Amino acid sequence: MNDMRVIERDVDVTETKISARGVQVYYADNHAIKDVNVDIEDKTVTAFIGPSGCGKSTFLRCLNRMNDTIDICRVEGEIRLDGEDIYDPAVDPVQLRAKVGMVFQKPNPFPKSIYDNIAYGPRIHGLARNRAELDEIVERSLRRGAIWDEVKDRLDAPGTSLSGGQQQRLCIARAVATEPEVLLMDEPCSALDPIATSQVEELIDELRANYSVVIVTHSMQQAARVSQKTAFFHLGNLVEYGETGKIFTKPEDSRTESYITGRIG
Amino acid sequence: MTDATSIPAAPEDGRRKSSLRTLDARTRRRNAAEKRFRFYGLAAILVGLFFLVVLGVTIVRSGLPAFTQTVVSIDFTLSEEDYAKAEGQLFKTKAYEQIFNAALVTSLEERGVEAEFDAKAINRIMGKPGATIREHFRANEGDLGTPVQFELSAASRVDGYFKGRVTRDGFVDSRFLQASDLDLVDALAEAGIIRQAFNWNFITGADSGVDNPGGAGIGASVVGSFFMMLVVLFLSLPIGVAASIYLEEFAPQNRFTDLIEVNISNLAAVPSIVFGILGLAVFIQFMHLPQSAPLVGGLVLTLMTLPTIIISTRASLKAVPPSIRDAALGLGASKMQSVLHHVLPLAMPGILTGTIIGLAQALGETAPLLLIGMVGFVARGYPDGFIAGFTEPNSAMPAQIYTWAARADVGFYEKAWGGIIVLLLFLLTMNIIAIILRRRFERRW
Ligand SMILES: Nc1ncnc2c1ncn2[C@@H]1O[C@H](COP(=O)(O)OP(=O)(O)OP(=O)(O)O)[C@@H](O)[C@H]1O
Ligand SMILES: [Mg+2]
Repeated sequence: MNDMRVIERDVDVTETKISARGVQVYYADNHAIKDVNVDIEDKTVTAFIGPSGCGKSTFLRCLNRMNDTIDICRVEGEIRLDGEDIYDPAVDPVQLRAKVGMVFQKPNPFPKSIYDNIAYGPRIHGLARNRAELDEIVERSLRRGAIWDEVKDRLDAPGTSLSGGQQQRLCIARAVATEPEVLLMDEPCSALDPIATSQVEELIDELRANYSVVIVTHSMQQAARVSQKTAFFHLGNLVEYGETGKIFTKPEDSRTESYITGRIG
Repeated sequence: MTDATSIPAAPEDGRRKSSLRTLDARTRRRNAAEKRFRFYGLAAILVGLFFLVVLGVTIVRSGLPAFTQTVVSIDFTLSEEDYAKAEGQLFKTKAYEQIFNAALVTSLEERGVEAEFDAKAINRIMGKPGATIREHFRANEGDLGTPVQFELSAASRVDGYFKGRVTRDGFVDSRFLQASDLDLVDALAEAGIIRQAFNWNFITGADSGVDNPGGAGIGASVVGSFFMMLVVLFLSLPIGVAASIYLEEFAPQNRFTDLIEVNISNLAAVPSIVFGILGLAVFIQFMHLPQSAPLVGGLVLTLMTLPTIIISTRASLKAVPPSIRDAALGLGASKMQSVLHHVLPLAMPGILTGTIIGLAQALGETAPLLLIGMVGFVARGYPDGFIAGFTEPNSAMPAQIYTWAARADVGFYEKAWGGIIVLLLFLLTMNIIAIILRRRFERRW
């Protein structure tokens, strides 16, 4: 009995990787995120779900300060990565983004060769000392992106010549290549077929061993399959956050229940 | 009454029953409009092509004669005694002329052509051959006693006679040429002494005096234009691209940047002569840079070209999809890295197009050069050295063409057209280089 409990606790007690407190986001006058508090755990997959336009992408982009690139966007509150406030004036967003990688909804490979797509991140961060190491990183990343077999013979072909699904896996491989600590994925599978989707899901599960993964998805099944924690957003509010199993089986909030049963959204 | 009966029945419309193979009125009208529109487009293109062809034919027809020159070519042997005798006389060139005329008589006799002429007629036809001959032998005494071939360019009116500019009907004798000279010219042509030759001097030479169109060349002003274009390229491209990158990627969106934007757009529409007077005031009167120098011309044209380059560069930066920037930033690239590594290479074809348009405009610009003294200046030779190319007074192609067109002697008219051909060829070369560069960049996609 006692032993069992110890094992259970080992699994459950994980460190907080990112903690957000009182986060507000405004696009000019549009209050897009309203007072969100959330603790995202390390070595966990967290899913953000919610109806379209509820602010999932906006909040995700706060986590690596991609919102900085939008002039009219204003972020208030506190977001801590490993206890450090990422909106502190002393923090360089460039350094932050090397630690918090991102995969976008629309595949956006560089119009360069497949090899250069993957090698770009490691190159600018100096992760490889020589060509051999770089080759190794490229191969490893492509394998983790579940695309190695399809492209290994044409690493010189432009990344844009791949199909939409292949491009997305290339982008995932590219994000993984820089060895981030947190990986943010905004609907990464919306352009993928079921086989590629399950490959990516497997990959996400694998990444969980080392990273904290945050994934925005519109697919309840996907959220249920890959995530351990789920956050439900509605109209800019974080309505409910908890164990995925609990959210899907006995949600506390009526809005959550309506959404997952398909009545709103 | 059931609900079903209250729903209006489908109208008894012929259209519904018609076959797909018969066109209804609406479709016919639409097709007709489409056909009409295509016809308008085609007509517009044909009109454009027609004018292009007319322009091309006119330029080539009027300009080609500039590339040939009527020359008097004659084998001439000067013995050592004659040389010594001529050098001993008081009027040396006169003495040489006599020797030359005697030689001309014998060579005409040899070929069995009869002609009467006096020394004055020779002067009218080919200038003063004595001086040319004397200079040659004084410089190359070793040539004495051996036959030397001289190619003397014929006077402008004789040249015009061969090119159809001067005709016998309505010919009025003047101190430049008399009707009797034309008989001599015909005789010389029959003997093969006067003929048309390719005018290398036009391509390599510098401008000549106002009364000598035969000696005028565009080479020096091509060099002037070349150095000006170097200045324009190496100033306006980096400054323009840097300004555009700053405005497009870094500048905050506020009143001040809006003001700058409006101003840049307006600058593109400022008449070029305004830039000329600005250049005169700032570069010459205030900064005391040398007058008529390609450096100053280049600076003025840089001011003129900058707005064009900035506008097109900003447009091509804007056309790069934001997702590429996001991708780079998301990987932890800095803003500068995302711009230099990804955005700029993608925008490069557009930037090159804008640059070549700006340079082409600058190359053909005459008005601003007028004010900084490049039009009035008659380039007599090439600059000595690379640096001197920028600082020594020189002319530029459009300025040279303008000067020729303004001269009284009709011989310069064809030179002006010929100059335009050279100008267009220069432009074509620039364009080809730009296209090759653009291909290079496009292949990276
Ligand atoms: N760049 C922007 N400028 C202005 N408003 C924006 C911008 N991006 C998002 N918004 C607004 O912020 C709100 C949240 O948008 P967000 O993209 O975060 O929604 P989402 O939950 O990701 O939706 P979806 O599931 O459709 O992707 C919306 O009301 C949207 O109009
Ligand atoms: Mg979204």
